[in-house]
Amino acid sequence: MTALLTLTVLVLVAIAIWQMTKIFELSQLKAEHTEVATDKDNKYNGYLLFGFVIFIYGITIFSFAKYGKMLLPESSSAHGGEYDQLMWVSFAIIFFVQTITQFLLHYFGYKYRGEKGKKALFFADNDRLEFIWTIIPVIVLAGLILWGLYTWTNIMDINDDDDPLIVELYAQQFNWTARYGGEDNVLGDASVRLIDIDRANVLGLDEADPNASDDVIVKELHLPVGRKVNFMMRSQDVLHSAYMPHFRAQMNCVPGMITQFSFTPTVTTEEMRLNPDVVDKVKRTNALRAKWAAEGRPNSEPWEFDYILLCNKICGKSHYNMQMKIIVETEEEYNKWIAEQATFKETIAPAE
Amino acid sequence: MSATGHEHGHEDHGHHHKETFVTKYIFSQDHKMIAKQYLITGVLIMGFIGIAMSLLFRMQLAWPGESFSVFEAVLGKWAPGGVMDADIYLGLVTMHGTIMVFFVLTAGLSGTFSNLLIPLQIGARDMASGFLNMLSFWMFFLSAVIMVISLVVEAGPAAAGWTIYPPLSALPMAQPGSGAGMTLWLVSMAIFIASSLLGSLNYIVTVLNLRTKGMSMTRLPLTIWAFFVTAVIGVISFPVLLSAALLLIMDRSFGTSFFLSDIFIQGEVLHYQGGSPVLFEHLFWFLGHPEVYIVILPAMGIVSEVMAVNARKPIFGYRAMIASILAIAFLSTIVWGHHMFISGMNPFLGSVFTFTTLLIAIPSAVKAFNWITTIWKGNLQLNPGMLFSIGMVSTFISGGLTGIILGDSTLDINVHDTYFVVAHFHLVMGISALYGLFAGVYHWFPKMFQGRMMNKNLGYVHFWITAIGSYGIFFPMHFVGMAGVPRRYYENTAFPMFDELTNVQVLMTVFAIITAAAQLVFAFNFVRSIFYGKRGPLNPWKATTLEWTAPQEHIHGNWPGAIPHVHRWAYDYSKTHENGEYIIEGQDFVPQTVPLQENEEELNH
Repeated sequence: MTALLTLTVLVLVAIAIWQMTKIFELSQLKAEHTEVATDKDNKYNGYLLFGFVIFIYGITIFSFAKYGKMLLPESSSAHGGEYDQLMWVSFAIIFFVQTITQFLLHYFGYKYRGEKGKKALFFADNDRLEFIWTIIPVIVLAGLILWGLYTWTNIMDINDDDDPLIVELYAQQFNWTARYGGEDNVLGDASVRLIDIDRANVLGLDEADPNASDDVIVKELHLPVGRKVNFMMRSQDVLHSAYMPHFRAQMNCVPGMITQFSFTPTVTTEEMRLNPDVVDKVKRTNALRAKWAAEGRPNSEPWEFDYILLCNKICGKSHYNMQMKIIVETEEEYNKWIAEQATFKETIAPAE
Repeated sequence: MSATGHEHGHEDHGHHHKETFVTKYIFSQDHKMIAKQYLITGVLIMGFIGIAMSLLFRMQLAWPGESFSVFEAVLGKWAPGGVMDADIYLGLVTMHGTIMVFFVLTAGLSGTFSNLLIPLQIGARDMASGFLNMLSFWMFFLSAVIMVISLVVEAGPAAAGWTIYPPLSALPMAQPGSGAGMTLWLVSMAIFIASSLLGSLNYIVTVLNLRTKGMSMTRLPLTIWAFFVTAVIGVISFPVLLSAALLLIMDRSFGTSFFLSDIFIQGEVLHYQGGSPVLFEHLFWFLGHPEVYIVILPAMGIVSEVMAVNARKPIFGYRAMIASILAIAFLSTIVWGHHMFISGMNPFLGSVFTFTTLLIAIPSAVKAFNWITTIWKGNLQLNPGMLFSIGMVSTFISGGLTGIILGDSTLDINVHDTYFVVAHFHLVMGISALYGLFAGVYHWFPKMFQGRMMNKNLGYVHFWITAIGSYGIFFPMHFVGMAGVPRRYYENTAFPMFDELTNVQVLMTVFAIITAAAQLVFAFNFVRSIFYGKRGPLNPWKATTLEWTAPQEHIHGNWPGAIPHVHRWAYDYSKTHENGEYIIEGQDFVPQTVPLQENEEELNH
């Protein structure tokens, strides 16, 4: 039945197009019929080109007005401020160039539309012009490159200065686990070959390593505000990517190696929930969800803002739902929370 | 055809062996027929499949989890009750990417126009080796057939993304698509690469050896330069993908550990030890990045040519255009790491790749400015091909500019693998390359089909809907990415922070459906014009290049008499004497075959 319906629609579309061409052809009987653009075609399409640059500006303004507020809120990490600044400077340059070049391109398309007898200018070369528009991108890009590289080197310089908190992010299809170094802030050795599900050693920690015994394994990431965190990332099966958009942080998790990323969270979850942009976003989202709830749709309970860790490297069927909640809190709250967690030694089942 | 053929060319086309249906239409060694075969297989058939797939997953994104009867009809068991399954979503995304990048935009675009134009525009009777050319097409055809078959295997098509990163693509227990579907994918691609290499070698040899008398390299139309350099990049980089594919086949089937190490999946530890997925990423992107230039350079070449013809002006900065093609080609082979900033490779490498990547913006900018200057003070004939050329420059600028963000390792951190990337590359290589392709089809259709021309009004309808629709799809998509939505998510409902972006997805999907419908107008116009298209004059666009001196009827050997000789470059449009009169009175172009006139100043291009 569906197939028949689809077929009917296709046939109708084909007939419609066929009829359309007929109309076009009939309407042109008077004029000399040619498939090469005439002055009339040039005129209409010239106007349309001019209209098109207005459309480009329009969709830009529309998108900013309507979607601009949906972008990520201001960064919650120490390096994020500089990241955002570099981003907005790059955007300023992009929009400046975009506005001008699109205007010139389409305006010329309109202004110089062909007419019979008009003479085009034979203009094949101009070294000075070409030099100018080679050197300007060179200078602008050199600036961006230098700034970008400086920031990149700072972000990617992962060291043990300032007593960082050491946290392992462990990825598997399709969930995240976090492991803290415990009292000694040192992660015990681990390998997937030591995983023993029956004894609840799910991350494959080495029991012989004394550093492992006080490690804390959890399903929710708690971070003290203002303290540098060094993440050590592992994956047990396929590639995953630990994406923490609010902190401008991301690193792939690669089976067979440990990857690293480091940042200092600067805004607690509580504070972030009071951020005006976030308050607005939550309000908008909950209005939407209230509507959905009224329609009886599942997954429409009111939402409260939380930082989130997403998987951002295709990893299989449930890739779209591989997440972990991140809670940034004060030092005291964090210490209280970590003290309540069981250590590896306490959770592992005794060997038989 | 020997390398010295142009010296006494007319001697060797005269053997009138009888052509059968099979040698003329199927196993043809004639470059014009092979070009049409590429166009119909690569663009019309594979393009239809690829675009149809994108509509399916775009519907899922806009209306997540809804039941559609079209899903049930097309996907069958993969859409129980009309609700799309998450595995087939990934399969569709993967195959859409594979088909569009390799089959439509590499083979379809480059295969069609390199084959059609190289011999015709350089003044050769055919490719250097007609047999290799035929072999190349049929291997491409075989790989396309295998790829299509992989869509219907029991466990589903390959679903690890078009980049097929292991271990996901290597382990059938990681996802069903990594079973037979992935095996067929790899086999198909191995054949595809062989086909592409045969084709490329043929193009290179032909351009270097078979140019007619007077056709120096600096008199070549820019199309030929673009095809030539594209072929060179293909020869350099495709073998690396072949090696990656072979090593992956070994890991999958013979238990080696090139890309795999320390894997615990479904309750057991696998034996793999010592390999690295990052190695695969390096090998893949060593092809993968040049690949985007393999896609876009032919489009640039076509646009340069079509634009000059229709502007009735020489292309501005011919030498700079060649230099920028060469610079782009060179740089394209040393920027692959910008796909891997956060792959876990050494951050210092990231710095190097940021540097080379942003450098590539310079020749790209030069090209864009030169195109804009080319239409300045022109006498623009706004044929459909010209509109698509202008559209290509527009999308190339819009899409290219965001490359400044993605190519910067710092900024890449937070937009990597989000919809921002999807928006960027669809505009800069997907849409731009398709526009180049359409420009080429409208422009050279008369050359392919015995002088018949495509209907211009349907062409205008096609262009304007496509132009508006493309921006309608991909402009808002940047915002979705900036909001942090990752790509390749089956649905975004697991994250309330993305709820309010569902409306944007609906908008994009509606534009996508409209735009795809406009492509049916093109397909209809194309097929109809083959049979009923109005025959135009021999040189309908009043172009200077050699292909328009060949007769409309296809003959083996292209020209009935001697091969024309060339006396000037390809861009003498609206050239005047000092007194302002055209070089040839009453005609605003001088074909390449016309000798230098008296008192005519020859420019040192």
